[in-house]
Amino acid sequence: MPDGARGRSEPILEVNDLKTIFRTRDGEVHAVNDVSFAVKPGELLGVVGESGSGKSVTMMSLMGLLPMPPAEIVKGEIRYDGRDVRAMSPAELRDLRGGDVGFVFQDPMTSLNPVFTVGYQIVEPLRVHLGLSKKAARVRAAELLALVGIPDATARLRDYPHQFSGGMRQRVMIAIALACDPKVLIADEPTTALDVTIQAQIIELVKDLREKLGMAIIWITHDLGVVAGIADRVMVMYGGQIVEHGPVRELFARPQHPYTRALLETVPRVDGTRDARLRSIEGQPPNLAAHPASCPFAARCGHVMDRCLRENPARRDVGAGHDVACFWDPATGGLRDAG
Amino acid sequence: MLNYTIRRLLFAIPTLLAISFIIFIVLDLSPGDPTGNLPLTIPPEVREQIRLSLGLGEPFPIRYLKWCQQFFINEPLNMIEQWTGWTIGSGERLRVLSWSTRSPVVDLVVERMPQTLWVVGMSQIVAVIIAVPIGVISAYKQYSIFDQIGTFISMIGFSVPTFFTGLILIVIFSVQLGWLPSVYDTTHRVTDWNSFWVQVRQMAMPTMVLALATTAQISRFMRASMLDNLNQDYVRTARAKGLRERSVVMIHVLRNSMIPVVTVIALGIPGVFGGAIITEQIFKVNGLGQLLILGIQGADIPLVQTLTFIFAVLIVMFNLIADVLYGILDPRIRYD
Repeated sequence: MPDGARGRSEPILEVNDLKTIFRTRDGEVHAVNDVSFAVKPGELLGVVGESGSGKSVTMMSLMGLLPMPPAEIVKGEIRYDGRDVRAMSPAELRDLRGGDVGFVFQDPMTSLNPVFTVGYQIVEPLRVHLGLSKKAARVRAAELLALVGIPDATARLRDYPHQFSGGMRQRVMIAIALACDPKVLIADEPTTALDVTIQAQIIELVKDLREKLGMAIIWITHDLGVVAGIADRVMVMYGGQIVEHGPVRELFARPQHPYTRALLETVPRVDGTRDARLRSIEGQPPNLAAHPASCPFAARCGHVMDRCLRENPARRDVGAGHDVACFWDPATGGLRDAG
Repeated sequence: MLNYTIRRLLFAIPTLLAISFIIFIVLDLSPGDPTGNLPLTIPPEVREQIRLSLGLGEPFPIRYLKWCQQFFINEPLNMIEQWTGWTIGSGERLRVLSWSTRSPVVDLVVERMPQTLWVVGMSQIVAVIIAVPIGVISAYKQYSIFDQIGTFISMIGFSVPTFFTGLILIVIFSVQLGWLPSVYDTTHRVTDWNSFWVQVRQMAMPTMVLALATTAQISRFMRASMLDNLNQDYVRTARAKGLRERSVVMIHVLRNSMIPVVTVIALGIPGVFGGAIITEQIFKVNGLGQLLILGIQGADIPLVQTLTFIFAVLIVMFNLIADVLYGILDPRIRYD
């Protein structure tokens, strides 16, 4: 995507101070804490973080896909194309889901309904959102299958999910997500369950589709390599917060947060020496039972300071559209004032 | 699927022959004297003569083979003759006769079938109609008041035997309130709306007693099956497509949840034909269950043998039907 076209336009999806909690029997779990971000039309935002960092929950709460209760959006603002999503009626929200915002989930083996044909499952959103006739919807469904690279599309509409391979099923999922020409596609670890060659195919497909259709994409993953290859901007999440965010080249060139730096060090290098051991980040992800009053990464951080234990750092700008939620300054190795 | 069905049907033949042989052995070993119910004034040597005339003098294998001939050859031929009006051979052949009534067992069964099918069959239909929605709502609103009440009633249905619920219903609705008759009148014929209403009223209590037990079973099954499916990933996909919650539950979840429930219902149908032995006794419905009890009490071996064998056939058949239904409902299952 050329940079100029994107820079000027208003964000299609904007989130401010979103906070989502789960009320469980053992108390509240603060899964998403004051998350703010925006996606512009045609942009690909990568969201990175380890399991339980709140990546998926953030995206699911945007479109009301979390079971409520136990989940609850406590505060925050979600704007789609300028409209307040939280104020929408259930019917308006349904129109948004699958209509303007498409979803692709992690496991294509279980994300399709096993007892309905693939054709039926693609036709469903077309009938609901676009009000197409049965015949027109089938024609469109075949086009979609062809678009995502499934050969002999018209015949395969009659097949059931179990008759497709994992990669093909994920293509079907993408076809469903794209059915109604969404402006935003949320892909929740779409390649995690696939083997590497299929992963590469799916990534190529999504890149290709973005060129063709020009929708914004939010790509959730824990694979930094994938993000480096496709994203325009990257958001690193930890403990339900955004700890670092910036344009992809900038963030990979100048990682600011100790967590991001540690993540980058865990990626094995092809040209690394054979005896170099794989690095890991010591310690466990934080328990999200309480609202964080300190930096969530403090317990595992190599640069932890007194201040990190007393307050939770706010995001501060470090230039070139890059911001970080950390007191530590990698340039000086010392404390840096927030704000 | 067709191949599979034919193969299973062929396999059923040796299975059923083995079952019929085992039933015959068990009945032969069981104590009981077909002349036991006759007046005491009949002298022993006459009793012996009666036994011989019933065929009890023959050795065991001969008696078994004769029953096989009567049941597998003579009865079907007789049926064909009745339906088509032809006469095959001489038309004279020995049918399976009841020892106590001397009438053909198959005729007795045909005579009793309507009452059983009406009462027990209706209870199954009522149970399914009640149980499926209860199961769906209980699962969807898990741990809600509705679910708690449903669970409580299911526990009652499971744990309280039919002879107890039957008597309670009789005490309340027949004795205290006098709304419903406590005895089922088999001779009643439905000719107009009035007599139809009488039929409905006399069927109400036995049907409800049986339906309570069956509802308990099916609704629990339905609930568990729904709960299994409600948290599946494809449900989230369906919601992400922007479908109405109603479509998500009633189309996507229900279609998957019905697969095991339909098989359970299919496996329960042989029980319908078997009749409800206890409930039929309580409400004096002269159905198949009651016929079986009479046969056992009178040591009427041909009757018991034939009835038991018919139940065995139904069970084998409905097992096959359940498997075939499973294959039809779940596209992942292929039997070839």
